[in-house]
Parts: sequence; C-alpha cells; structure tokens
Amino acid sequence: MTLIQNQIEIPTPSKPWVKTPLQRVPSIAVGIAALALAGAIVEATPLKGKLGFFLVFVPLITVLQYLLARIRATRKAAQDIFVASFMWTASFLVFLPTASILATTVTKGLEGLRLSIFTNTMAAASYTDPIEMGGLLHALVGTIYLILLSVIISVPLGILTALYLTEIKGPGSAFIQFIVQAMSGVPSVIAGLFVFSAVILATPLEASSLMGAFALAILMVPTVTRTSQEVLVLIPNDLREAGLALGATQWKTVALVVVPAAKSGLITAIILGVARIAGETAPLLFVLGGTDALNSNPFSGFNSGLPLYIWKGFLIGLPESVQRAWTGILVLLILVLILFTAARVFGPKKGRF
Amino acid sequence: MSDTLPVQRKITTKPRPSDVAFRGIVTSFGFINLAILTLIGAFLLFRGIEVFKVEGLSFFTDQKWEVTEESGITSGNIGIGAMLIGTLIAALIALVVALPVSVLTALMLNFYAPIWIRTFFITVIDLMAAFPSILFGLWGFFVLMPSAEYWAMLLNRYFGWFPLFQVDQPFFTRSPFIAGLVLAIMIIPIVTSVSREVFSQAPLDRIQAAYSLGANKWSMIKSVVLPFGANGVVGGAMLGLGRAFGETVAVYTVLNLVYAINWQILFGAGGNVASHIVTRWGEAGEYEVKALLAAGFVLFVLTLAVNFLADRIVRSTVKKGR
Repeated sequence: MTLIQNQIEIPTPSKPWVKTPLQRVPSIAVGIAALALAGAIVEATPLKGKLGFFLVFVPLITVLQYLLARIRATRKAAQDIFVASFMWTASFLVFLPTASILATTVTKGLEGLRLSIFTNTMAAASYTDPIEMGGLLHALVGTIYLILLSVIISVPLGILTALYLTEIKGPGSAFIQFIVQAMSGVPSVIAGLFVFSAVILATPLEASSLMGAFALAILMVPTVTRTSQEVLVLIPNDLREAGLALGATQWKTVALVVVPAAKSGLITAIILGVARIAGETAPLLFVLGGTDALNSNPFSGFNSGLPLYIWKGFLIGLPESVQRAWTGILVLLILVLILFTAARVFGPKKGRF
Repeated sequence: MSDTLPVQRKITTKPRPSDVAFRGIVTSFGFINLAILTLIGAFLLFRGIEVFKVEGLSFFTDQKWEVTEESGITSGNIGIGAMLIGTLIAALIALVVALPVSVLTALMLNFYAPIWIRTFFITVIDLMAAFPSILFGLWGFFVLMPSAEYWAMLLNRYFGWFPLFQVDQPFFTRSPFIAGLVLAIMIIPIVTSVSREVFSQAPLDRIQAAYSLGANKWSMIKSVVLPFGANGVVGGAMLGLGRAFGETVAVYTVLNLVYAINWQILFGAGGNVASHIVTRWGEAGEYEVKALLAAGFVLFVLTLAVNFLADRIVRSTVKKGR
C-alpha cells in the first residue's frame, strides 16, 4: 500500500482558466465603486428612486468595466466586456417582470385565500361583498370541465396529427406542418369568435362548457401536435425497423412500439397543452355565457371558469372584487405551476432515447 | 417429403388492410387541422361579408364606430381604421422593446452564461410563456402602469423635443406606450426562444475557426453567429409581432380605446382590434355583431400573413444550419 502511494503522485486537478480570488479583486472593486458612485449621484442630483439608481448604475458599471478591461487588456477584450454587460442587463430585464408578477400574485392573492372560497359559489353573494362571502367553486368546476373536454377533443387530434407528420410523412405533410404552425398563431379571441359564429349562431345550441372547450381545443391542438412531434422524431428508426422486420404491420409498430416509447413525452405534450389553455380568457367571453351559480352540466346551460371569474372581478373594479380577482389569479397560477412542474417531471430527459 | 415444404409466401408491396385503415385515419386527422383553419376563415368571412359589402373600403379607413338603430333598420358608419393603426403601433412598440432584450438574452444564454444560470433562465422564460394572459393584464394594470406612467412622464419631460415623445396634453394613463410594454413582456419568451434556437444552429466549425483565429466571444458572435442568425431573428420577431397583434385581455386592461387615430405613443388613447371586439360585444346588435366578426376576419388574415412570413424565414435559416 505505502509503496504504491509513494510511487504514484496523484495530481490535483487544476483549472488554470478559473480566476483566483486575487484576480477577482479589481472587478469586484469596480462593482462596489459603481454602486457607491451611483448612490452618490442619485443623492446629489434630482434623480430619485430605484429607477434613477438603475439608470445611473447600469451605464456606470458598464463604462467602469470597459475602462478596467481597457487598462488591463486590449481594446477587443474591452469591447467583449462592454457587450457582455449589455447582455446581463437585458437578462435582468427579462427576470425582473417575472419575479414581480410572481411576487405580486402571491402577496395580493394570499390576502383573500381561505378555505371557504373553495366550497362556495357567487350565487348568493355579490362581488362587492367581503371576501368571506361566496367563493369560486363554480369557476373552479367550470375550468375543470373546460380542461377535461378540451383534452378529450384535442388530444386525439393533436397526437394523430403528430403521427401523420412523423410516421406517415405523406405528400401533404409539409403543408400540414405549415397549417399547424399557422394554427398556433391564431389569436385566442378569433377561436372564440369562430365557435360563436359557426356553432352558436348557426345551431340552436347555446353557450356552455362544451362550446368553451371547442374554442380552447383549437388553441390546444397546435401545442399538443408540435410537442408530440418533437418527441416522436426522437424515437430511433431502429425501433420502427425492428418492429417491421419482426413482421408487424405499421399500425402495430406504431401502437405497440413507437407510442409506448414516446409515452412520457406525449404526456408532457398534453400537460403543456392544458397549461396553454387553462388561463385563456378572451374566447370564453363569447362562448361560455358566464354564471355565478354552480352548473354541473357541462353540455348545456351557461357555465363559468376561473378566467371569467377573475375578469368579472377586475371589471367591477372595487377593492373587494379586485381582491377576488387576485385570489382567483393565485388559484389559476397554482394550477398552471402544478402543470408546469408536472411537464418538467414527465418530460423526456436528455439522452434517454 | 414435398408436402411438408411450406408454401412460399407471396411477396408484395401491397399494404395490409389494417395499415390502409391506419394510414387513412391518421391522414384524415392530419387534414382536419386544415379544415379547422379554413372553416375559421370561411365562417368569419361568411358572417362579415354583408358588412364588407355595405361599408366597402371605408371599413378599413373609417375611424368612427357608430351604429344607430332607428325603427328596426340598422345603419352604421363604422370602420376599424383607428383600431388597426392602434394595433400596429402597440405591436411595433412591443417589438422595439422586446427585440434587443430578447436577442441579447439569447446570446447571453447561449455563449456567456454558466450552465446553472442558463438552466435557471430557461425555466424563467418557459414560466413566462406559461403565464396566462389575464395575469399579465392584471399585473400590467395594478403594478406596471403606475410606474410606466411615471416613465412616460419622464420621457416626455426630457425627450419631449423628439417628435415620438410629444404629447398635446399631459395625460399618460393607459397609453399605447404602456400597452406596448405589457405586450413586450408577453412576447419576450417567444422571441428569445426562437433566437436561441437559431443561434444554437450556428455551424460549430465556423465558431471554432473564429476562436482558433484568436477571436474572443464578441468578435466570434459578430462575425459568425449574427450573420448566420439574422434571418431567424427577423422571423422570431415576426412571430412575436403576430402574437402581439392578437393579444386581447392584457391590452384591454392597459389601453384606452379611442376611435380616432392617435400617433402620440405616450398619450393615453389608442386602438386595438381584439380589445375593440371584446369591448363592443356586450351591447352589440345583430348588424354590429356581424361588423365585429368582420373585424375578427381582418385580424385573422393579418396574423395569418405575419405568421406565414415568419415561418418561412425561420425555417429557411434553421434548415441551412442543419
């Protein structure tokens, strides 16, 4: 043992490109200097508040970093740092609204969140009543109906379209691909108008959860199709060829080999589709009717949904109703976040296939 | 002996009945999408055609939307001129704000960020894309608008000499500028992810060639990635533009609908076709509903055209890379 240890020197892994703490000192110093200077400038001039600080700090640190790099290295290196600091600012600007939206929804929504809202409807309460009265049970039930029905309509359509694009690859597939792409760009309000003009105006059917689900399914199909397609493309051709070589028909190969292999990805596709439509508001304004009472029949009679509940609360505009809207948004956001997390958990891991 | 030999199977390319059925069903489902898209256009046009006939070209140029009903006969002096221009203005503002932010973020994620920051930001951007639009609407109204009004006032005070930031009256609430900002936040995810996709297709050999010639990151991006990805970024921007055209509730909350074309982006008056449809829907009579469906048809064709162009551009770039 000792012999071997003496003979073989295990080299410590070194990372020569990593900056040593000493090398970091100047850039950290520049950062602190920029912070201090920006603070001083904001204090000394009429610029006030966080915006003023941001407007001073960002150019200041950019210029200081540039000068530092100019002193220590070449002009090209300084340019690189200059551009990079723009990029960091830009990504901060992407991060900021997301954080703000999450924080606002949670803080404002929590004030009105209590158990009673899940067991009551607005049938006997007004939106301007205190939050203790009434609740969003009818809207939650309506949203669940909408989700279930649109899944039933759009999942077969979406997945079979994806199978057409990846398995059949018929002469029309490039065209269908484009059609799916175009459908994903259809504004949500148009989907609602379409169902209104094609079904409600033309037939004796009235606004109901089913009509809402028709409109939402139009928006959901492209998401399901494109996500499923991405997964199906990843299934190696070996699997398909193996199925066919064993004498299976193409139908059997797809049903017993390709689809089971892509199962988790297809589930992700469905979840992403549901997340896409769970919060859609605009189409529901035309085809759902909107009601304050619980309607347990999804096929007839006006129904409600969380987005409509929020919308109504917002439009009334009084503190109590706005509080209801925020709480509704929080419930909706929790629903979306659950779906979002589920999609990540079920999602195809890299290098699985 | 001979009777135990199996009979040779007939070799044929004719598909079996189960396959014929399978192919038939799947193909017909593929074409249902085409049917849906055609039906959307057809039904909106069918309902709106009367309005197009009555109003003629002035439907696109008139700024007023007045429907009067006298003894059962409806006559209207209606047009979506102001709404169309307003939609374009808000969408362009959104694009001008979102494009640089998205492209820079995409470059940062692809070439500068350490892995953990990249993973984190991809989650953030996916999450932004998953937020319901009504959430952006409420947040825009209650959180962004008070600040954005103040920013608009500052812009007007210090850059008012620039024609873009002039206003006749200092009224900054619910302006196209604020609607544009909300839309910008909403289209950042799609523009960023398309740009990222395009940039990541940049040929590796050219990237490595640039590095081996002594380029640093920015020189490499300037000489390899940007020329390669420019088209794709334009396509992504147009996809974002298409989204911005069709957005409804988020714009409704932060835009003051006024039936006159307003070019002053900081002034609190604007137009938007989708919000206009939602606004008028509640009290619309029979003729007005048709007019709104006609407006919907115009919006549909507009977004379809933009998406078509965007798709062409993005696909040509991505194919080139592979």
